Amino acid sequence: MTTPNAVTGYIEKISGPLVIAGGMAGACMFDVVKVGKAGLVGEIIELKDDKASVQVYEETSGLAPNEPVISTGEPLSVELAPGLIEEFYDGIQRPLESIEEKADSPYILRGISVPAVSRTHKWKFEPCVSAGDEVGPGDFIGSVKETVLVDHKIMVPHGVSGKIKEIKSGEFTVEETVATVEDAAGNEHELKLLQRWPVRRPRPVIKRLPPEVPLTTGQRVVDTFFPIARGGTACVPGPFGSGKTVIQHQLAKWADAEIVVYIGCGERGNEMTDVLLEFPELEDPRSGQPLMKRTLLIANTSNMPVAAREASIYTGITIAEYFRDMGYSVALMADSTSRWAEALREMSGRLEEMPGEEGYPAYLGTRLASFYERAGRAVCFGKDKREGAVSVIGAVSPPGGDLSEPVTQNTLRVTKVFWGLDAQLAYQRHFPAINWLNSYSLYAQKLGEYWDTSYDGEWSVFRTEAMSLLEDEDKLKEIVRLVGVDALSKEERMVLETSKSIREDFLHQNSFHEIDTYASMDKQFKMLRNILTFHSLGMQALARGAALRTVIDLPIREKISRMRYTEEKDLENLDELEDEIKAVFGKLLATGGEHDEVA
Amino acid sequence: MRLPEKYRTITNLSGPLMVVNRIEEVSYDELAEITLANGEHRRGRVLEIDKDRALVQVYEGSSGIDVDSTEVRFLGDVLRLPVAKSMLGRIFNGRGAPIDGGADIIPETTLDVNGNPMNPYSRDFPSEFIQTGISTIDGMNPLVRGQKLPIFSGSGMPHNKMAAQIARQATVISGHSDFAVVFAAMGITFEEASFFMEDFRKTGAIERTVMYVNLADDPAIERISTPRLALTAAEYLAFEKDMHVLVILTDLTNYCEALREISAARKEVPGRRGYPGYLYTDLATMYERAGRLRGRKGSITQIPILTMPEDDKTHPIPDLTGYITEGQIMLARGLHRRGIYPPVDVMPSLSRLKDKGIGKGKTREDHADLMNQLFAAYSRGKEAKELAVILGEGALSDEDKAFAKFSDEFENRYVRQGEYENRSIEDTLQLGWELLTITPVRELKRIRDEYIEKYLRPLMAAKEDLERQSEN
Repeated sequence: MTTPNAVTGYIEKISGPLVIAGGMAGACMFDVVKVGKAGLVGEIIELKDDKASVQVYEETSGLAPNEPVISTGEPLSVELAPGLIEEFYDGIQRPLESIEEKADSPYILRGISVPAVSRTHKWKFEPCVSAGDEVGPGDFIGSVKETVLVDHKIMVPHGVSGKIKEIKSGEFTVEETVATVEDAAGNEHELKLLQRWPVRRPRPVIKRLPPEVPLTTGQRVVDTFFPIARGGTACVPGPFGSGKTVIQHQLAKWADAEIVVYIGCGERGNEMTDVLLEFPELEDPRSGQPLMKRTLLIANTSNMPVAAREASIYTGITIAEYFRDMGYSVALMADSTSRWAEALREMSGRLEEMPGEEGYPAYLGTRLASFYERAGRAVCFGKDKREGAVSVIGAVSPPGGDLSEPVTQNTLRVTKVFWGLDAQLAYQRHFPAINWLNSYSLYAQKLGEYWDTSYDGEWSVFRTEAMSLLEDEDKLKEIVRLVGVDALSKEERMVLETSKSIREDFLHQNSFHEIDTYASMDKQFKMLRNILTFHSLGMQALARGAALRTVIDLPIREKISRMRYTEEKDLENLDELEDEIKAVFGKLLATGGEHDEVA
Repeated sequence: MRLPEKYRTITNLSGPLMVVNRIEEVSYDELAEITLANGEHRRGRVLEIDKDRALVQVYEGSSGIDVDSTEVRFLGDVLRLPVAKSMLGRIFNGRGAPIDGGADIIPETTLDVNGNPMNPYSRDFPSEFIQTGISTIDGMNPLVRGQKLPIFSGSGMPHNKMAAQIARQATVISGHSDFAVVFAAMGITFEEASFFMEDFRKTGAIERTVMYVNLADDPAIERISTPRLALTAAEYLAFEKDMHVLVILTDLTNYCEALREISAARKEVPGRRGYPGYLYTDLATMYERAGRLRGRKGSITQIPILTMPEDDKTHPIPDLTGYITEGQIMLARGLHRRGIYPPVDVMPSLSRLKDKGIGKGKTREDHADLMNQLFAAYSRGKEAKELAVILGEGALSDEDKAFAKFSDEFENRYVRQGEYENRSIEDTLQLGWELLTITPVRELKRIRDEYIEKYLRPLMAAKEDLERQSEN
């Protein structure tokens, strides 16, 4: 690669992943550098006179002072081209499969450089413009069928506009020219399947739009209670063992996004292997194709170099933005942003910066905010004014489960959905362990209106009723704790029974059960409707004098508790169940006062 | 190769650290050999280089080092461990030197003790169930080959007994294979270390065990390298020699204290409770060395033990450990006080990899449902008992009474077992079903109907028969 502003300096100081290089006058902030004889990849994060502080993305042991440091004159960038989907990258977009091949070892050795996308694979390119057409940034010139699920659109890169001079069709590698554009000044630009984009710069859009359409996830507590919108942001904080990763995996599996970018940032190696082995086996409920066909994984596990962990979330979101620009709805999961913040803290400490709260750098908040702000629904560049969206779901791992710590607090300031995980629920094996009392979604109202149009306005009513029942339960339980259950009226005890049913039969969802793992919106709606129908009819029966035992011992409740195992194709069974409930109560009310409580 | 130069340019000795000046061509992380005036040799490692000054951490501690006559030689390589299969049955100190009176091993190769990060792409997912013979682990929090499952304990609790029991009993149901134990002791007392040695000797396990022992009175700084030596040995045995290795690390709390000591000596910005900000990353570089690799027969399963200061699981050491490891086995003082061994508190305990290791063909089809139900029932029983404490037994509904009884029986029969009692997984599952006969069937929502019919109904019928007979 020829680079105009290449600068060569030398190593002065080495401290863990931080290298200070002298003789670097002329280098720019965030330029990528090659460090030492081994050519380790690093990035300039601070410049002082001619000294550059470099965070090195590989293990630094063995480096010595006076070894060369060469700036490439380019910021850290990702390669954007067909071949991204189904790939498994490290934090700086090196494909882990190729690393294994090249290193000929199951371990990640140092100084290995492999291209992010294959240079030899030939893609079938189908043009959609012809010579003479005027094109501008973001316009499609053609597409490549990347996987059965993903039509990879080839866009005119930013900074290029003019007339198509030549366009080809056929099979090309990512580096071959597929089209030539002549701009107004008469300069020719060669367009290839491959583009590059610096990770720390958001890809521009024409206009940003407020999120209004739901991103369904098949998880009842999420979709019904605390929904997320396409282009929205959510955070999942929770102590260890509360199921953050399982929720992230569930969303990656079942969210109705067209592209999923999953970032394992400083987490367990086995978890990533799990995704890698499981996703090709799982079937997308909408297309019937393997989930992997729309998924891209980025893994920088906790034992991999800490600086690359810092870069991994930027690598991920840049790729997500690229697919958004094609008009897709992209979901990005980052697990966990706390590890990213810790990487930031470690580098900050080594730079001897003044620490802020808990040793985190003072700029933690702004960095987090600017990351989450890259999510959103937008009108993308291109003549067709297409819309795309990037939804971001970030897990947070607060030390000791204490939500007052800086990473959680700074995240809560910028995200719109909060799924608070509760250790107590996790201990009871109530999963997903999302606490229904303190979680919230600022999209709930908007999305409620959206669903009301599909469900005759009943959606919001049911949701509100269920939420207030759970709210009441909390208060009633307090009373029970103080004076015992006998102090409650039978109506109040009915509320307790129904809330328990909502918790156990609706909110609790077994992600390892082949049917229960995913619930369509129809199923969710019908399940909740049946529970609430039972409740309101039960209350009526009580008001007419029926005994509480008679109502709660009705054998039909067993059917309610097994609604979750109803297959998606048999959803009419749930409608039949509603009729059955009505019939049972009809019979009960007909026999009337005979059931009066004999106290 | 350059000839190693000797430097007598030491300045600034503080704690385990020293600064060597006017050095040339020394690289980061390099190993140093330090020769004291009396001829004693020590080893150290380069922690930081700034132009011609190197910051060196001395493994055996800095006492006796002076600035005038002590010589430092840089060896041009990182710390490496000589390895061979003949390590089995041997005991080494925290520097890797034999302390059992035997000769040095004849190395087949030497390995960098820091290892390299495993490529997540090359990993194979752990899915083979390990039967430990302990019901609370096998039934409720199953361990699989390649997992890292720590024991969170507190001072005075029988975590060592439990670890020894696991080491003694651990087997894989699906056939016999080469099995080894690598044991690393960090800063534990002589008594504790000799308990393990005795136990391993008595049961013959010593033949397939490699021990690295750093006692409480050994240099604290050696605790940093002890677990890394052990894991390097484990990697060699697992991935070069196709063995299934169980690594027991005890006590991680001492390790972290040593890390904090060095961090403080370096005047680094501290994170929570004075521990360095990179504690998570540092622990991860050890824990993540557990696992399986595609195409290799062996595996590394880790059981790190840590004593939680004041039984506080939000303390940075257990907290960060829990975020890295695949679950945890939590011991409870309350159970221990009531004389229940092993005092495993199943509610906060967790095995993240359980779902891949159990079920049909691995343990039994009903395992997952039964496990979830036992958790739910035990949790409900404990809630009921709490309520009964405040309001009295009479305030409980019949169902709650049944669950309260269940939770007592669960602790007494399921959790409690003998130190030498090795329960097969079938026994553990059977016991679980027997306990569920106490609770009303309608409340068993976590179990598929077919399993209730298959496993629970016969037991209930038998129980009813028995009751009828006793009535007659």
